[in-house]
Amino acid sequence: MTVTDAPKIITGRFGHDDAHTLERYLATGGYDGLRAALDRRPDEVVQEVKTASLLGRGGAGFPAGVKWGFCPPGVWPRYLVVNGDESEPGTYKDRLLMERDPHQLIEGILIACYAVGCAQAFLYVRGEMALAQERLAAALNEAYEAGYVGRGILGTDFSLDIVLHWGAGAYIVGEETALIESLEGNRGMPRLKPPFFPAAKGLYLQPTIVNNVETLSNLPWIASNGGTAFAELGAETSRGTRMFAVSGHVRNPGVFEVEFGVTTFRDLLYAPVYGGGIRGGAALKAFIPGGASAPWFYEEHLDLPLEAGVVGKAGSMLGSGAVVVMDETTDVVKACLRLVRFFARESCGKCTPCREGTSWLEKILQRIHEGQGRASDLDLLLDISDNISPTIDWPPKQTTICPLGPSAVSPIASAITRFRHEFEARIGAPAPVTVAIAGNAYTAAPATPAPAEPEVAGV
Amino acid sequence: MARLSPDNVTLAREIIARYPRPKSALIPLLHLAQEQDGWVATDAMEHIAQLVGVSPAEVIGTCSFYEMFKREPVGTYLVNVCTNISCLLLGGEELLEHVEHTLGVRAGGTTPDGSFTVEDVECIAACTEAPCLQVNYRYRHRVTPEGFDQLVEDLRAGRLAEEIPPHGTLARIRQRVPAERVAGPASPVGGGEPAWLASRPAPPPEKVK
Ligand SMILES: Cc1cc2nc3c(=O)[nH]c(=O)nc-3n(C[C@H](O)[C@H](O)[C@H](O)COP(=O)(O)O)c2cc1C
Ligand code: SF4
Ligand code: FES
Repeated sequence: MTVTDAPKIITGRFGHDDAHTLERYLATGGYDGLRAALDRRPDEVVQEVKTASLLGRGGAGFPAGVKWGFCPPGVWPRYLVVNGDESEPGTYKDRLLMERDPHQLIEGILIACYAVGCAQAFLYVRGEMALAQERLAAALNEAYEAGYVGRGILGTDFSLDIVLHWGAGAYIVGEETALIESLEGNRGMPRLKPPFFPAAKGLYLQPTIVNNVETLSNLPWIASNGGTAFAELGAETSRGTRMFAVSGHVRNPGVFEVEFGVTTFRDLLYAPVYGGGIRGGAALKAFIPGGASAPWFYEEHLDLPLEAGVVGKAGSMLGSGAVVVMDETTDVVKACLRLVRFFARESCGKCTPCREGTSWLEKILQRIHEGQGRASDLDLLLDISDNISPTIDWPPKQTTICPLGPSAVSPIASAITRFRHEFEARIGAPAPVTVAIAGNAYTAAPATPAPAEPEVAGV
Repeated sequence: MARLSPDNVTLAREIIARYPRPKSALIPLLHLAQEQDGWVATDAMEHIAQLVGVSPAEVIGTCSFYEMFKREPVGTYLVNVCTNISCLLLGGEELLEHVEHTLGVRAGGTTPDGSFTVEDVECIAACTEAPCLQVNYRYRHRVTPEGFDQLVEDLRAGRLAEEIPPHGTLARIRQRVPAERVAGPASPVGGGEPAWLASRPAPPPEKVK
């Protein structure tokens, strides 16, 4: 088991109950990164972030410094939109960062805007997160009073308003162009890329950087300690550390900041300081390595390091840092249905393959789950999946405006490839019964035989 | 009721002024209307349309896209039970059944006394604390059946009034920007290079890593 002594870059203050106050923040090195950044030219700060190779933590994993460089020169104003809409099933980290260390995020926003030359920042917080909204409002109010935000920051010519904005319940708004639509007061439907790459044509069609909360929360540390120190942590294709939420059937579910590359999935699931192993000593059936959109992993993937490139080659992604663990008792038909239902519910309806496809996938899975499945249903599921995402391969191909549609295909392709026999056993079989075991209930299908040796590994 | 009160109009104008374009304030103003009345009435949407300078249809269009905006009254306490993947694995559906049973309503329904509305919701970003729920968007982690019954009792007895405001109120702390500290919204038209970029020397050409 590898537990590295890498510093806690973004969760370092979580031990303090009052970490959300300006007083504690300042007592623990707060706003030092901003001071360090303001002492340098903006382009030097951009270079520092490029040196750090800080990958976006919102899901796509694009290098932040490179993205900043995509703003067309000479086009003003530029905006920053902070993506705090965290809603991908299994994902739980941005809320913690906003509730527990709001000043760290504010400082990150200031550093990004100083470096890129953004004239205004919008902090879009998921609507359902009342405490995060309160903590951020309080922190912003303190920061404005103390001269860290607003006109003439710390006596310099750097001025910036940060507008706190709440969403109102819609997963799709987490997609960056939908986020921008929503911020313009519209229905949150994605825009076509190209031409609407935010860095070129974003908010009000001006150059706009959209960054995730966790991405920005890394900036104060990078500004204080340097991009090189950050890049020394982690591995080739993933530098630094990252927060992973380990949930599901583990003894010790929790959110852990770990070093990339050195730490493996096995560590995350089994090390006593992390997941602590499968509850009740049961066997592992499958785990989702990076949020509901990610293809599933199995026993044979446990020793893969947490590193974007390696996980990508193995057929999935680290995505939003959400690791969901399913033990041998898991009803995969049910799990798959619940994930697909999510995408069907959250489809914005703009593209036919996604709008129609996801709701049909849900209906068919529902009837299989209820024991009303037909012999042709598995082929039908795969056929619809292929229409949404041709070849059902990884990385997914798209017939849609945004990746939400193809995301619904991941759980289906995973579950059917690996556990086809469970679907077949369910087709025509009676609906499963709910059994309560040791105070926790789970659903078991009585007709399901023990898992056979898989024919194909992965998707 | 329903149109925004004079105090809320003042607040609405303050919010609108933060954005480069008034329509961007639509969602914040809909939240304000919902905070005032507990739901978003048609009159409120018409009033917001006037304040923002768009048609009522546009306001309804936006409002109806977002799940949190209720266009009919809901219970004082909105109980949102997560049944998504991590919660499903640890008894989220059973918790929902228990909630439905205890309150005597199905997901989507409101108790006859108007106290509780139950919803079956998607992931609420507390997956490691499954099974979980929210009451008016305040979290309850690792909820047991007994824990839920206690919660209902406490809510009915008013013991949680401090922590959980009635439906409609989200954050109780508002952003306040002191007049002397405002940098001002950045209009999308006619903006130049920001002062702090223009005032610093251009990067030396050889400094490429
Ligand atoms: C359907 C969908 C939902 C998304 N939801 C989120 C989200 O909740 N939070 C987030 O930061 N990024 C989300 N993303 C990714 C964003 O589009 C975008 O890549 C990200 O915010 C960029 O920030 P980063 O480069 O710092 O990661 C989502 C993408 C898609 C396609
Ligand atoms: S893929 Fe789905 S969610 Fe994305 S734009 Fe198309 S319909 Fe909307
Ligand atoms: S799955 Fe229930 S909170 Fe995330």
